[in-house]
Amino acid sequence: MQLARVIGTVVATVKNDSLEGRKLLIIQSLNKNLDAQGKPMVAIDSVGAGVGELVFWCRGKEASFPFKREDTPTDCTIVGIVDSDKHVSRQ
Amino acid sequence: MIIARILGTVVATQKDERLKGKKLLIVRPINVDGTDTTGYVVAVDTVGAGFHERVLVVAGSSARLAQGMKDTPVDAAIVGVIDTVDVTQ
Repeated sequence: MQLARVIGTVVATVKNDSLEGRKLLIIQSLNKNLDAQGKPMVAIDSVGAGVGELVFWCRGKEASFPFKREDTPTDCTIVGIVDSDKHVSRQ
Repeated sequence: MIIARILGTVVATQKDERLKGKKLLIVRPINVDGTDTTGYVVAVDTVGAGFHERVLVVAGSSARLAQGMKDTPVDAAIVGVIDTVDVTQ
C-alpha cells in the first residue's frame, strides 16, 4: 500500500456494469516526505474519501477485495484515510 | 486505473477461443490534463467505446474481473467512458 493525496474526481456515465455506483477519484502518489511521486492515477473509493485528503491505497488484484472481489475490475483502490498529515511519522 | 485515449482498432481473426467476439482497441495512456504520453496498450473493450474517446483502462489480473471477461486471457480492459476529469490541486 502507498500514501497518496486525492487531487480530483472523474465522472464516467458509461461504464462496465460491475463498476455501477462506484466513486472514482484521482490520486497522486506520495513518498515518505509527502512529496508527489509518479503520475496521478484513477482509483475507486471504498472508504468515503474526499478531495484534498491524505489516503492510502492498494494496487493489483487485491484492490478488488473491499468490494465483491470476483466482480469488481479495479487495480487501484483507496482503502484508508490518514487522520492528518501530522499522523505520518518518519525517521 | 489509468486514463487513456482510443487511437485505433486491432483485427485478429486467429485468437484464443475466449476472445471471440471481443473488440480490441489500441489506447494511449494520457495525463490528467489530457496531454498525450508515449506508448500504447491493446485493450479489450467492455463498454462500447469509440474512436478518440477518453476511457478508463484497468490493467493486470483485475481486467478479468469486469463483467463478461471471466476467465479470458487479458491484462487490459476498457471499463468506462470518461465524461469529465476534475483536478483541483
